[in-house]
Amino acid sequence: MSATLILVILMAIMYASGVYLMLERSMTRVVLGFLLVGNATNILILVMGGRRGLAPIVGDGSSVDEFNDPLPQAFILTAIVITFGVSAFLLALIYRSWRLSQADELQDDPEDLAIAERDAAVEEELRHPDARDTEVDHLDELLAARELGDKGEQE
Amino acid sequence: MTALIPLVVMLPLIGAAGALIAGKRRQLQVIVTVVALAAVMVVSVFLLIEVDRTGALVMEVGGWAAPIGIVLVVDRLAALMLIVSAAVLLAVLLFSVGQGMADGDGETPVSIYHPTYMVLAAGVFNAFIAGDLFNLYIGFEILLVASYVLLTMGGTGPRIRAGVTYIVVSLVSSLLFLASIAMIYGALGTVNIAQISVRMAEINPSVQLTLHAMLLLAFGIKAAIFPLSFWLPDSYPTAPAPVTAVFAGLLTKVGVYAIIRTETILFPGNALGEVLLVAAFLTMIVGILGAVAQADIKRLLSFTLVSHIGYMIFGIAMGTIAGLSATIFYIVHHIIVQTTLFLTAGLIERQGGSTSINRLGGLLTAAPMIAVLYFIPALNLGGIPPFSGFLGKLALFNAGAAQPSWLIYAVMGAGALTSLLTLYALARVWNMAFWRPADEVENYESRLLDQLTEAPDNTDTEGKNSPKLMVAATAGMVALGVGLTIFAGPLYALSSRAGENLNGPGNYIDLVFPEGVE
Repeated sequence: MSATLILVILMAIMYASGVYLMLERSMTRVVLGFLLVGNATNILILVMGGRRGLAPIVGDGSSVDEFNDPLPQAFILTAIVITFGVSAFLLALIYRSWRLSQADELQDDPEDLAIAERDAAVEEELRHPDARDTEVDHLDELLAARELGDKGEQE
Repeated sequence: MTALIPLVVMLPLIGAAGALIAGKRRQLQVIVTVVALAAVMVVSVFLLIEVDRTGALVMEVGGWAAPIGIVLVVDRLAALMLIVSAAVLLAVLLFSVGQGMADGDGETPVSIYHPTYMVLAAGVFNAFIAGDLFNLYIGFEILLVASYVLLTMGGTGPRIRAGVTYIVVSLVSSLLFLASIAMIYGALGTVNIAQISVRMAEINPSVQLTLHAMLLLAFGIKAAIFPLSFWLPDSYPTAPAPVTAVFAGLLTKVGVYAIIRTETILFPGNALGEVLLVAAFLTMIVGILGAVAQADIKRLLSFTLVSHIGYMIFGIAMGTIAGLSATIFYIVHHIIVQTTLFLTAGLIERQGGSTSINRLGGLLTAAPMIAVLYFIPALNLGGIPPFSGFLGKLALFNAGAAQPSWLIYAVMGAGALTSLLTLYALARVWNMAFWRPADEVENYESRLLDQLTEAPDNTDTEGKNSPKLMVAATAGMVALGVGLTIFAGPLYALSSRAGENLNGPGNYIDLVFPEGVE
């Protein structure tokens, strides 16, 4: 099997940047990352189809040996259609998320937050075992401080 | 008889189209979808009878012989999966129709819900009959895209949040699967499952191992095997009750089914058997520990779902006929019982206005019917004799004891512990939600409720009575679960025959290429 080096390099770059984008919190970037990774996979299929060649049309005089393998191209077409449909759905989801919370960021899982709060409370109690009455205030302060921090990061 | 095979995919798709055209005429839509699913069920009964007599049916789509054309293969395993999923899909559909009639379309907007549900069914059936890796991918995509829509139905905040996790994780698994297909095509020049099996034996073992690991990773995410299971308990419980029920029953099992095909036909040497055994061990233990910590019934059930996937992986990992037969029996049992419990959770939510065991109480006197419908499948899932859950686990442990090693004994120990903890978690729900009188709920203190995690976005609603159709659909599922116990003998014989079919790839290859491969 022979492959085009440029396609392989292009594929690697697209995979790398796509995965990087998919790990972001912003939903728009996740969609862009998905598109990159999806198309990188399409290029992978193309590369796996083997050497380049003529369009596989029987009867125009060219021999079978000169043909390019058409099956991977059919796979790619199917994959493109699926990627297209899923991207459209993701965009609708982002729009809905924006309508609901005016934010395109992935929401924190409330349960993760609850666990984080519980841990913070336990830690606080371990540090000041006597100050049990003020536990709630501490928690509020901690949370307020963190929210401020988050906002600062965004700006 | 082979002409019947494509019907199991075509009928739901035609039903989806019909439901879409029927648009706002709710009754017509319900009739179209119920008839389509019932027809699939009849077709799968015929298929099962025929397949059990002759061994298997193979259809060459468009008359093109394999490997040029696409083949659809129905063997005993596929036929059994088809009939069970058709029954579950039909029962859940009736449940959601009952819910919709009582509540209006808040939870299930008619114009989208029914068509999408039918498309999901088509995807599930297509995955079961695919004889071609790319067709399997298409089946997965059909059911996944439909599941995205069903999971985010109504577009409320919590559902969008849960949906994003689910969708991004599923996309990654789909892309992994597609990349594996590309590499398999590059290495072997075919995507026909039987032909892959023939050619796979001829290539470099390290390339085989890479392809094997990639496919298992892709299917492992779908089947929710630890450590790839984190997304499931986060996303399933927020969906409407019937949607969660059908997802829990079927979607992970499609992943398990794909793993069975991978391990028996594509890579028959059981090269990653030990990895799978470790994964099975961790899936059971981590999953059930998650379940024990939950106060919310739906989340608790989602965690037990993850942990019980471990049993199926255990059976597959052993790689023996006995192990595979027990797995097939366990899959059938688990699809039905897990769906039933989620439907019952839906009834509990309606009746008690909440799914948290901190706030539920007195359901035994308020709704004795729901109590019965909860109690039977709960004992069944917990593995109490004589129910099918017990029989399935016994068969698995028997298969394990037949080929002793310390790892297998460790997994068997984990299995016994998981079964016990499942029973503990489900019995606690029984004690709190059903047995505890309603007037004791305020200021109730018990060691049983210490340190429980509440579901994040839980809003209590007014309790209301359940319509007869919802109760009837759930009761039908419970009856089906009990039927599995009563007819366990014939069913186990059938799954043993299905397991024998999977003994090495030879059977499957002979089916697809009766005249031998070139």
